[in-house]
Amino acid sequence: MTTISAVHIPLEERSAQTRMASPSRFGDKAFELLTLTMALAVVVLIILIGWQLWNGSSLAIKKFGFRFLTTSTWDPVAEQFGALPFIYGTLVSSLIALLIAVPLSIATAAYLTELAPLWIRQPLVSLIEMLAAIPSVILGLWGIFVMIPWLREYPFPLLKRFFGWTPFFTGPIYGPSMLAGGIIIAVMILPIITSVSREILRSVPNLQREAAYALGATRWEATRIAVLSYAKKGLFGAVILGLGRALGETMAVTMVIGNTPQIAASLFQPGYTLASVLANEFTEATTDMYVQALFEIGFVLLGITILVNLLAQLLLRTIRTTSATRAVQ
Amino acid sequence: MDNLVMTTPERSVMDRVDRPAEPIPADEAVPACTLRIKDLSIWYGDKRAIDNVTLDIASNAVTAIIGPSGCGKSTFIRSLNRMHELVPKTRVEGTVLLQGEDLYSSNVDPAIVRRRVGMVFQKSNPFPTMSIGENVIIGLRLNGVRNQKFLNERLERSLRMAALWDEVKDDLHKPGTSLSGGQQQRLCIARALAVEPEVLLMDEPCSALDPIATAKIEELIYELKTTYTIVTVTHNMQQAGRISDYTAFFYLGRLIEFGPTTKIFTNPSERQTEDYITGRFG
Ligand SMILES: Nc1ncnc2c1ncn2[C@@H]1O[C@H](COP(=O)(O)OP(=O)(O)OP(=O)(O)O)[C@@H](O)[C@H]1O
Ligand SMILES: [Mg+2]
Repeated sequence: MTTISAVHIPLEERSAQTRMASPSRFGDKAFELLTLTMALAVVVLIILIGWQLWNGSSLAIKKFGFRFLTTSTWDPVAEQFGALPFIYGTLVSSLIALLIAVPLSIATAAYLTELAPLWIRQPLVSLIEMLAAIPSVILGLWGIFVMIPWLREYPFPLLKRFFGWTPFFTGPIYGPSMLAGGIIIAVMILPIITSVSREILRSVPNLQREAAYALGATRWEATRIAVLSYAKKGLFGAVILGLGRALGETMAVTMVIGNTPQIAASLFQPGYTLASVLANEFTEATTDMYVQALFEIGFVLLGITILVNLLAQLLLRTIRTTSATRAVQ
Repeated sequence: MDNLVMTTPERSVMDRVDRPAEPIPADEAVPACTLRIKDLSIWYGDKRAIDNVTLDIASNAVTAIIGPSGCGKSTFIRSLNRMHELVPKTRVEGTVLLQGEDLYSSNVDPAIVRRRVGMVFQKSNPFPTMSIGENVIIGLRLNGVRNQKFLNERLERSLRMAALWDEVKDDLHKPGTSLSGGQQQRLCIARALAVEPEVLLMDEPCSALDPIATAKIEELIYELKTTYTIVTVTHNMQQAGRISDYTAFFYLGRLIEFGPTTKIFTNPSERQTEDYITGRFG
C-alpha cells in the first residue's frame, strides 16, 4: 500500500486503480448484506406474526391473564376460555408421535445408507418421499376408515391387556383418541425425519466407516460406533425439525384425535390440540371474545413451537462430543 | 493357527495374548511368510486395477509397496484384509493365504479377517465421539472383551507400542481428535495394535505428517516389525529405503519387481523399476 502511494500517480489514474479493486469488495459486501437481510427477514416475519396474534388476542389476554394457560374450561357460550387441555393435547400427541417416529426414522435412514443392498435403496427412498407427498386430509381419511378400525380391533386391546396396569392404557376404547392422533402425526413426520437423517448419515466421512471396519466391526457395529455416534448432533436436529412439524400438524390429527377438550391419563381417551381447535372453531366464532381466545390459542401454539426449538438448541449446545462415549459401552 | 471361521473373536484375541510369538511351522520355507498372494486380480466394475499379482510377504518384516499414483497400491493393500470390498462392484480372482488359510474362500467372514489383519490409513481417523482411551480399546470391546483390568493393561501397552503413552497418559479421557495430526496417527496405530493383529497394513501412513512426526512413525514401524508383519505403501523412496526389508514395485496394476529392498534400490533388474526409483518417471 505504502509503496503505491509513495510513487507519484496522477489523481485520475489512482482513482482508476481503486475502481479496479472495488468491484470484488463490493460484491462481498453486497452478498453479506443480502444474506443478512434474508436472515433478518425471517426473524422479522416471526416477530410480526407473533405481534399480530398478540394484538388480536389482547382483550382475552387482559381478561383471562395466566388463567388462560392453567384452566380447563372451554365454554364459548359462557365466554370462559381455558386452553390447558389443548396445550396438553398438543404436547402429548407430539410426544407420542416422536416416540414412534424417531426410532423408526433413524433406523430406516441407517438401513438406507449403511445396510440395504444398493438396488433397494432408491425405490425405498422414493416410497418414503411419496409418503411425504400424501395430502394431510387424505391421510386423515385413511386414519378414520382404515387405521382407527384396525387399531380398535387389534393393537388397542392388546395394549390394554398387557399394559392395562398403567394409567395410560385403561378405560373404554372408542377409537378416536390421543393415541390415534399421536400415531397419525408419527406417520406424517416420519418422511421428513427419515430423509433429513439420511442426508446426515450420508455426510459421515467414509474414513470413519473404514476405521470401524478395519477393526473387524460388523455392519451393525460400524453403523453404531462410526456412523450414528458421529452423526448424533445432526440427528438430534432432524428430530427437532420433526417435532416442529408435529406440534403444528392440523388436518389429519383433527380427524382422528376425537376433539374433546379434556385431560385424561388414558391415551385411549379422546383429546384436542391447539391446532385442531383453531381449525375447527374459527369459522363458528361469533363473539369478539371467542375470536380473541382463538387468536390467543394461535399465540400459544407459536410460543410453544419457538420455545421448544430454543430449548432444543440449548440442549444441543450442552451435548459435548465426549458424552457420546457411552455409545461404546 | 485357529480356523478363520470357527474362532470366536474373543477367543482368538485372548489366545494371541498368551502366545508370545507365532511358531513357525516346519513345512514352511525360510523366511516364513505370513501372507502368500497368488495370481491375484482385482476389478472395479469392468476396470482391472490389479493384474495377476503373485507375492509372498515375509513374517516380522516390513514390505514396502511403491509405484506411481494410480498403479493399484491401495487396492492391493486393501485386498489383504478385504477392505476393498467396501467399494461396491469389486471382484477378486486368485488367492490370498493368511497363515495358510484363504481369505477369500466362501466361508470366511471378512470381519474376522480384519481382526487378524489390521489397517492404518493415510489420513488419521480417530473416532471423534470417543476419548483417547476408548479409541484404543474399541476394537477389543467389539471383540466382546469386558474385563476392565485386561482392557487397561492392553490400553497402556498399545499406547506404549505406538510411542504415545508418555504424551497422553494424563489425558486419556480427552477426545481423540484433541491430539495433533501426528499424535492422532499414532493413536490410530495404537488402536490397530490393541487387537493384536498378525499383520499391520499401512497405506501412506506419513503422507499427511510433518518430518518430525514422520520420523517418529518410521521409528515406530521399525520397532513394530519385531512383533508384527507390516505392509506399507509409500510415495517416499527414501522412506521405503529406510524402513523396509522388502520392496514391491507396482506399475499399471502389475507387480514389476519384488525383492529385498537393498537389491531393488541398488541393483534393480527391471528398467522400469530403476527409472521410477531414480525419479525418471512417476
Ligand atoms: N473406488 C474405486 N472405483 C473405481 N475405480 C477405482 C476405485 N479406487 C481405485 N480405482 C482405480 O483403481 C486403480 C488403482 O487405484 P489405487 O487407489 O489402488 O491406486 P494407488 O496406487 O493407491 O494410487 P495413489 O498413489 O494415488 O494412492 C486406479 O486406476 C483407480 O482409477
Ligand atoms: Mg493409494
